Amino acid sequence: MTDLPLLTILIALPLLAAFACLFVSAGAARWIALAATLANLAIGIILWIAYDPAGAQWQFVESLALRGGIAWVLGIDGIALVLILLSVFLMPICIGASWRAIDRRVPEYMAAFLLMESLMLGVFAAQDLFLFYVFFEGGLIPMYMIIGIWGGAERIKASYKFFLYTLLGSVLMLIAMIYMVSEAGTTSIPALMAHDFPMDAQKWLWLAFFASFAVKMPMWPVHTWLPDAHVQAPTAGSVILAGVLLKLGGYGFIRFSLPMFPEASAMYVPLVFVLSGIAIVYTSLVALVQRDMKKLIAYSSVAHMAFVTFGLFAFNRQGIEGAMIVMLSHGLVSGALFLVVGVIYDRLHTREIAAYGGLSNNMPGYALLFMLFSMAAVGLPGTSGFVGEFLALLGTYRVSSWAAIVATTGIILGAAYMLWLYWRICFGVARTPEAAVMRDLSSREWLLLAPIAAGVLWMGIYPESFLRPIRADVGRLLERVERAAPPGDAQLARGAARPAAGTHAPEAAH
Amino acid sequence: MNVAPILPEIILGIGAIVLMLVAAFAGRRSGGFTSWAAVLLLIGATLALIGAPSEAGAVYGGLVTADFFGAFGKSLIFLASAVAIIAAHGWFERGTEHSPEYPVLILFSALGGAVMVSAISLVTLYIGLELLSLAGYVLASYRRNDDRSAEAGLKYFLLGALASGILLYGISLLYGFSGTMNFNGIAAAFERGGPPSLGLLFGVVFVLAGVAFKISAVPFHFWTPDVYEGAPTPVTAFFASAPKVAAVLLGVRLCIDALGPATDAWRQIVIFAALASIFLGAVAAYGQTNIKRLLAYSSINNVGFALVGLAAGTPVGASSVLFYMAVYVVMTLGAFLCVLWMRDKDGEAVEDIYALSGLSQTRPAFAVALAIFMFSLAGIPPLFGFWPKLLVFQAAVDAGLVALAVAAIVGTVVGAYYYLKIVKIVYFDEAAPAFARVRQPVQGALIFLAAVAVSPLGYLLIGPLQSLTDRAAGSIF
Repeated sequence: MTDLPLLTILIALPLLAAFACLFVSAGAARWIALAATLANLAIGIILWIAYDPAGAQWQFVESLALRGGIAWVLGIDGIALVLILLSVFLMPICIGASWRAIDRRVPEYMAAFLLMESLMLGVFAAQDLFLFYVFFEGGLIPMYMIIGIWGGAERIKASYKFFLYTLLGSVLMLIAMIYMVSEAGTTSIPALMAHDFPMDAQKWLWLAFFASFAVKMPMWPVHTWLPDAHVQAPTAGSVILAGVLLKLGGYGFIRFSLPMFPEASAMYVPLVFVLSGIAIVYTSLVALVQRDMKKLIAYSSVAHMAFVTFGLFAFNRQGIEGAMIVMLSHGLVSGALFLVVGVIYDRLHTREIAAYGGLSNNMPGYALLFMLFSMAAVGLPGTSGFVGEFLALLGTYRVSSWAAIVATTGIILGAAYMLWLYWRICFGVARTPEAAVMRDLSSREWLLLAPIAAGVLWMGIYPESFLRPIRADVGRLLERVERAAPPGDAQLARGAARPAAGTHAPEAAH
Repeated sequence: MNVAPILPEIILGIGAIVLMLVAAFAGRRSGGFTSWAAVLLLIGATLALIGAPSEAGAVYGGLVTADFFGAFGKSLIFLASAVAIIAAHGWFERGTEHSPEYPVLILFSALGGAVMVSAISLVTLYIGLELLSLAGYVLASYRRNDDRSAEAGLKYFLLGALASGILLYGISLLYGFSGTMNFNGIAAAFERGGPPSLGLLFGVVFVLAGVAFKISAVPFHFWTPDVYEGAPTPVTAFFASAPKVAAVLLGVRLCIDALGPATDAWRQIVIFAALASIFLGAVAAYGQTNIKRLLAYSSINNVGFALVGLAAGTPVGASSVLFYMAVYVVMTLGAFLCVLWMRDKDGEAVEDIYALSGLSQTRPAFAVALAIFMFSLAGIPPLFGFWPKLLVFQAAVDAGLVALAVAAIVGTVVGAYYYLKIVKIVYFDEAAPAFARVRQPVQGALIFLAAVAVSPLGYLLIGPLQSLTDRAAGSIF
């Protein structure tokens, strides 16, 4: 079974399905898209089972050399594996979420989504630098289309902003990549991960990569494209944006910035920590005053992503593993929250928080799931959010107590805005008559949300399933960066033991 | 005398004269025949490039050379000219101006281009350039009853004559201070120890200014938007492709072959022209609503990127310029063929970009092709237009011009906006009245082929194309 080029199939299948979608009717396009994404989910699970956590660093490697500077080289480590799993898990849910909500130009919509899946999986699987870039940038085109064609009233502005913002970030990375290839003489990502660049070059290269990943992540102050994109995108577009696209930034830091430029990464830790600290506090406060549900969740995404950057740049195992779990958890939870918003948006066609209220009365099933996802976003123990944030904070604390203190306020503020949102929507009495008569979740909606709920609980109760594949790779990353790891500010040291007997000496006088 | 090294030029020259006679005697009825005969001649000339015309080296006392660089350029010029002839099918038939002279003029222009890319003497360079330009002036004013076309022709002629004057002045300076018209001799004059004389430097500046006019690089681009807008669309498609390839390749050969030892002297000029073209081409296109003007700025912008590769001044750089021009020709011809298909319900040509509104709903396949060309011209991966941009940046970085590469790549983001605008109009806006269907299966097939070539499938071409451009670039170093 492992002889099959599984990764190529994984990438090619949605591409072929996208092509097929263009030539069929709306109904057929829906079923083709669903079948293709489910098949990809199956392949993803096969990869998960077949992946050997104790085996080689790069598994399922495929290589097809094309002459002239680019090569079709694929392969994944544990980190890429779990992110691929997240993507293939969310995709069928996105298709399901668009089943009825999208009624215009359905074949093109499904094709855009499948194209997107193909490109995103390519990003995680690519082992050639330029192949990575092609996939990384290519994802802009389908997302631009999804926001621009099927988005809300302000979709045009949001789509431009999304495209140009992220493009500007990425082109600087391209120049850095060209420089690296010219310096190291190879386009292979594994080889570059072991290449030591001189410090002078590292400083600039790191900044160029940072420009790209910080925009994708997104970090404060270059996050402003995200709320617009999220609010205007259709529900499934928001899910995939939050669930997969935002992970590209974190993946980039783990794959490129840290192992390729360890010294520069250590040098820029204060920059990352300050930006992340501001992001957590500022965007949480901004989230608190939002009147639009989707915007609120979008800002909370920025805050959650700051935990990821804190964890990654802590240079220790807890931090990096925590950051990975936060990424996975956020992919599930914020994706689910966008779906939850989509459920009531489909009924009332407004995202104003003030239009709802008292939904626990007429939509108990909905209120239950919303509660679970809100708690996971807050980081309640037993949910996935807790595991990731706790580990990331622990790792951060070992490097900088101040950073950890600032980051922890994010949890408190996060609880404030999430619980307040939940209270305003689900408790009290309905503020509009329409909200009072909305029907509870349909079986299709249950089918979409229940798997995510199961995933959230699984990751919260038994995170080992997700930590096992990445443990060895985090170890390798740490080996690579530990020579540059910044010293912690705690500097715990064993003091000289004072003789206990001395305090008892006067006793002897009795 | 052995004519084998210039067989393609002979075929075109004699063929064009014969077709002109046919046109003169058979009159208007021969339009279809001359057109297809001209296409066959161009294909024949391309096939004739195999063998001596691509490897004989310098011939006829060092007037022209038959090397692989020239052969590569000629094949691009000939194929682009053939497409420009096919593009005119169904265009001139509508008006009263339909006449068989169009393909003949294209043939002469292509012949001029062929002489330009194989010239290794300033005399042949000038003759080739003038042959190409004179035919071009007539082509620009081909719809002589149309004010805009007449204006375009006059403007092109006046400014072109000025540029030719500048070029000639530069040539005379180079000749006066080096004592030779030959590229190698000029290179030797620069190598002759010490800093080059002021006269030679002035000669370089004037010659490059003349070339910059032909490739419409900033600051010699002013004629481009007006001429592109006014000229009949098939002629615009031709201007944006074949003459541009000829002039860019001429510039490369001149800079490397004749001015190679003076790289430091011309590099700053090329860098300025490159960045100015990239940014002006990107910014000035913002307010345009005429698709032909917009594509004119796009061609200015694209030439800027090709010049980035030239600025490197290395074999890798020259190879990247060739690669760039090859892909650029396909993209731009594809885009112009799409423009040709923009007809309102009476079959009249429309040029307003808002006429494309909602094209994706009325003509989905047309919309996909247009979107592919736009994203590709913008250089967004996974479209193939990304790869030549990557190559020119790579050449610049390898040559130590990192700052140039950074500035140029920021220019791609600025330029991306107006390509995105076209895609936005085509895909996001409400549908405008549908275009009339154009029944031109050959043009349709060409659009399809061009779209496939610049789609991600184009990456499969990287290997073969790269080995061709490397070989071509190797032949001038």
